Amino acid sequence: MIPRHLEIAMAVLLSAVLMLSFYVSRMRARVKATAAVVDNRPVAPPPAGPTEQAALYIAYDDPGVLHAESAAIRLPSGRQERAQELVEALLARYLDKNSPHILPAQADVREVYMVDPGLVVIDLNSALADGHRSGILVETLTIASFSQTLATNLPGISRVKFLVDGKSRETLAGHADLSGDYQIQAIATLSQQLQSSP
Amino acid sequence: MRRTVRLHPSLAFALSLLSFALFVLGDASEPKLISIYSPIANYSLSLARRGSHDYVGLLEILEPLGTVSSRVEAQNWRLRFNSIEGMFPNGAARVRIHGREIDLSAPFLLEGGRGLVPVDSLGTVLPVFLAFPVVFHASGLRLFIREEGTSYTTQLESGTPARLILNFSSPVNPRIATEPGKLRMTFTRDPIIASGPPLVSFNNATISAASFVETNGAAEITITSAVPLLASFGNDGRRITIAPAPSATLPAPSANRNSAAAPQSPPPLSAPPSSPGATTGSPAAAPNRIFVAIDPSHGGAETGATFSPTLVEKDVTLAWARQLRRECEARLLRTMLVRDQDIDLQNDQRAVMVNVARPAIYISLHAASEGKGAHVYTALLSLSTPEQGLFLAWDHAQVQSLASSQAAAAAITAELGKNIPARAVVAALRPLGNIVVPAVALEVAPRNGDLADLADADYQRQVASSVVAALAALRGKLEAAQ
Repeated sequence: MIPRHLEIAMAVLLSAVLMLSFYVSRMRARVKATAAVVDNRPVAPPPAGPTEQAALYIAYDDPGVLHAESAAIRLPSGRQERAQELVEALLARYLDKNSPHILPAQADVREVYMVDPGLVVIDLNSALADGHRSGILVETLTIASFSQTLATNLPGISRVKFLVDGKSRETLAGHADLSGDYQIQAIATLSQQLQSSP
Repeated sequence: MRRTVRLHPSLAFALSLLSFALFVLGDASEPKLISIYSPIANYSLSLARRGSHDYVGLLEILEPLGTVSSRVEAQNWRLRFNSIEGMFPNGAARVRIHGREIDLSAPFLLEGGRGLVPVDSLGTVLPVFLAFPVVFHASGLRLFIREEGTSYTTQLESGTPARLILNFSSPVNPRIATEPGKLRMTFTRDPIIASGPPLVSFNNATISAASFVETNGAAEITITSAVPLLASFGNDGRRITIAPAPSATLPAPSANRNSAAAPQSPPPLSAPPSSPGATTGSPAAAPNRIFVAIDPSHGGAETGATFSPTLVEKDVTLAWARQLRRECEARLLRTMLVRDQDIDLQNDQRAVMVNVARPAIYISLHAASEGKGAHVYTALLSLSTPEQGLFLAWDHAQVQSLASSQAAAAAITAELGKNIPARAVVAALRPLGNIVVPAVALEVAPRNGDLADLADADYQRQVASSVVAALAALRGKLEAAQ
């Protein structure tokens, strides 16, 4: 005959197992529901389209110049997607360990908007702006690199506007003015000047 | 028989002129305001003049402070604030609030469903609704509801130049206006209260007095001075420092001074050929205008680039600026330092100071750790200048001087290039675009990447000499344009 205290212990353990099973099943359901919500977000497809040769205007801090370089990039057909890919290509170059123009580690471009007629809006993240090195030349090189690359590869752009975290900002890092639009003709002049060494 | 009255043309013109003048003068009178300060909100309301009394909407006063509703019943206006109800008979000077009879200084008025009470009675009416006392400064039309106010202290530092420091118990944001002999700070949203006598006199020739006055829903602090003043903010808006605006400096006209102060400096510049009657550059012969405005960038809380824990851009630019001023003075070039202390200056303030002084050229100084040598920048302006009729757009004020700026940048670059790497570039850099006279920015980096160069006196002297040599070559053209 099983002693009474063992019966009680078994009953308690069985109850605990049942309660835990119920709890685990509830938790699983909750996790599934949460995961479903997260998964509902659209996932950007990898860029589709043929690889094309694009002109990237790469900033070199030493000796402070802007060089046009050809790069094979898979570019989608849509203008906005193309602009995004071009900007991503520049960022990848600047975040590389052998970067010629170092940007902060968490630097990113949140979005590129094509606004007719001819305005492109580049929305930088705050990590890029807040961590950017301060100086007229280094800040101007960043502005010129992004602007001239887009203007060269996407005909029809006449103005470029920079935002930081979706908001207008006075300067990039204390010098380069971000409060207004950059006219592409003026950027072209600037890029031309920056292509020659001091 | 009909009789036609014809108005003489000159009489018609005079009448039109009179009507216009009356219209303009009628509109020019400033509306009366009452300001309310409370821990919940600070706000201002317009007053309405009825007879010999000023009235204000009672619902508008109470609205930001709690739940308020009103309704009109026959000739009575009923107002409910939180749980307290008031009954205001139209045209009566006695009203009932929360069961109490209150006498107003003038009859209550009901206009278009809006209940107006005389301003003088607010001190009686509001405490019943709010259940705590209020303080009403009747002469200044300022009402303090459970608000102790922001006090301030004044402290005059009688150095050279004298500075007046105002420390406030909480951050403030006044409107600042200057006029000859006065700097006026108007506090509309800040509950500033006097913490001493309304007029404080200083035994100082530069800053002689500070006065406090309350008027039309605002507090005003007026600083009286013999020279133009400039205000800068610090300590997160809790401190305002008033100091003389940087003024022109003119080297002493003594030849001995030149030989003593700068024995190796080049001889004074020749007068520009276009200046008839001018002889070699003695101050008496030189035009009584500032030739160069030197602007050390950044300052105060805005440090610019940080090169090392002990070396920041604002200090480097100030040292360079002082060196450049010495070089200019050695050549008898009249100079002005936009900033000669470690103070906060906004770009707009810098531009206004320079545009008022109208120098022949403006030079903004920057320092950088990146790159080598010097970059000379001119404003990057869009090619299409917005049409503004008689006025220049603020962001394009530089457009008419841009060609001269580029010529100056080229000359300075050529002169600098004799010793260090140098290049002329355009840049979107404020306040270059806001300056009406020829304007350049000079960014100096170390010669060979060694940051110690930035604080090196020899390097500073070398760069300054090159810049001044270029300015000397351009002097004739720049002064002719000036």
